Amino acid sequence: MEVLQTGEGELIGWHDPDDHRAWVAEHKSRALKDKRTTLKDAVDAYVDDGALMACGGFGHIRVSMAAIYEIIRQGKQNLTLCGKTAVHDGDILIASGCVNRVEVAYAFGHELRGLSPASRRAAESGRCEVVADISNASFQWRFLAAAMGLPFVPTRVMLGTDTLKRSSAKVVEDPFSGKPICLLPACYPDVVLMHVHRCDKYGNAQIDGIGVEDFELARAARRLIMTTEEVIENDRIRESPQDTFIPYYVVDAVIEVPYGSHPTLMPGRYYFDEEHIGEWLRLSKTEEGVAAYFDRYVHQVETFAEYLELVGGAEKLEHLRKVEHLEAPLEAPWLEEKRK
Amino acid sequence: MTEAYNPTQLLACVASGLLEDNSSVFVGTGMPMIAAMLAQRTHAPNLLIIFEAGGIGPQVPVLPISVGDSRTFHRAVSASGMHDVMSASQAGYVDYGFLGAAQIDPYGNINTTVIGEWEHPTVRFPGSGGANDVGSLCWRTIIVMRQDPRRFVETLDFVTTPGYLDGPGARERAGLPAHTGPYRVITQLGLFDFEETTKRMRLVATHPGISVNDVQDASGFELLLADEVGTTNPPSAETLATMREIDPTEMVIGK
Repeated sequence: MEVLQTGEGELIGWHDPDDHRAWVAEHKSRALKDKRTTLKDAVDAYVDDGALMACGGFGHIRVSMAAIYEIIRQGKQNLTLCGKTAVHDGDILIASGCVNRVEVAYAFGHELRGLSPASRRAAESGRCEVVADISNASFQWRFLAAAMGLPFVPTRVMLGTDTLKRSSAKVVEDPFSGKPICLLPACYPDVVLMHVHRCDKYGNAQIDGIGVEDFELARAARRLIMTTEEVIENDRIRESPQDTFIPYYVVDAVIEVPYGSHPTLMPGRYYFDEEHIGEWLRLSKTEEGVAAYFDRYVHQVETFAEYLELVGGAEKLEHLRKVEHLEAPLEAPWLEEKRK
Repeated sequence: MTEAYNPTQLLACVASGLLEDNSSVFVGTGMPMIAAMLAQRTHAPNLLIIFEAGGIGPQVPVLPISVGDSRTFHRAVSASGMHDVMSASQAGYVDYGFLGAAQIDPYGNINTTVIGEWEHPTVRFPGSGGANDVGSLCWRTIIVMRQDPRRFVETLDFVTTPGYLDGPGARERAGLPAHTGPYRVITQLGLFDFEETTKRMRLVATHPGISVNDVQDASGFELLLADEVGTTNPPSAETLATMREIDPTEMVIGK
């Protein structure tokens, strides 16, 4: 098959499919065993310095912030991030210095809130290296290829653009249609952090609402750290097996962390904490502010429960539940600043 | 008597008018959401709204902050995922794609990645997100953006999302789906389409009080002009009221 074009972006997370099969055979247990542990132990065991990591959810939707804070607390270094719609997760990880390389489908932005001061500063100063660009659909199809145990999947996006030129994709002539087609290399992150609504102690997980690309990402991950709003009995999983979004054998660690996605949105449970995100966006305009934020909300707190008290406790969490259910109006302090 | 409106409200109103009932539209953050929601509450109640994170056919209650927000699958027909909606787009189910842009060229190619060199950018923007996918796969792409000579440029610093690339037939030669591409561009000054033989941007209407010269002055390249350049309709008091319901905190329409 003739290669018509080769993207110049760095190829990250790719493995020969037979090498990956061998790795799975050796490292991923099929035993139905209790995987409950602490975040401290899970991050210590599965997040190595220099690893390629990805976050489940959608940048500021259903992100395992509890796991992200633990990575920062443990001072992990030289991580590469799959910037598949990286929003608050990517901003925090890049600002902390733990992540210094990123493949970008979307990063350095906060959607309607505007650009992210801290991570954008890191990208423009070269402190965080962009190793490749890509599109959202392409990134999740890279995970699909990995989940399928294939070296690549074909797609009709990115063709003719600089996005393709800066990606790790290749263009070939499709042997069926004869037209140029883009091949997306599989991407197997070394470790994925994911927050779910509920799972059992083995890791069988249910998600309410959109799955985004977590179906593919969970199955592409070499190691999967799963935080959950609640751990439920295995019987409840078996009562409705059609609701199992992620099966236990791809999961390596289970940690129950209620509100573990704060300040990001947890569908059906709590809305974005715009007050807290606003505080971050304001503080992160300066390096001093970034340091102050991490001191206050990460380094000086022992437990996630303590963090929740710090951000407003039960009253705040009840408010976020109401906003999520359209029972209270949205208040966003960053809006006031934007209007000035 | 016409109620006072700001440029954002006018843009959203004109954009909304392009969407037909019983068609499907892939919607991005911000203004595209307002336009699609407005269409659904006025002339297009059965507009099929699709969000990239997996929301399909929602009745969006209030402006979402994110394209993955719970509001994007509120009373939806399906809460799915990105693989599903992107595949549907690739298979030809999506009529309209709605995008914003930092820079655009005469062929409707858009840049949302960098200003300056890619290796050492002066400004680093968020990148493609789903924009390249939408611009590659939807039948007709509508681009909504602010216009000035630094945003309407002859040559982009970076082609994030394909328009007509370098002219007629270029999309097909690159392997993109046939008969797709930019359909309309809407700015605070006017409405544009793409002239059939050259695939270059053409002014078809100006907004009330804006002259053709105003539009050309705010463009870094020579604009083609339609035989008759029309004038767009300003939003009615009723439309403005609906927009305020959609975006009560004026997150987008306040600008």
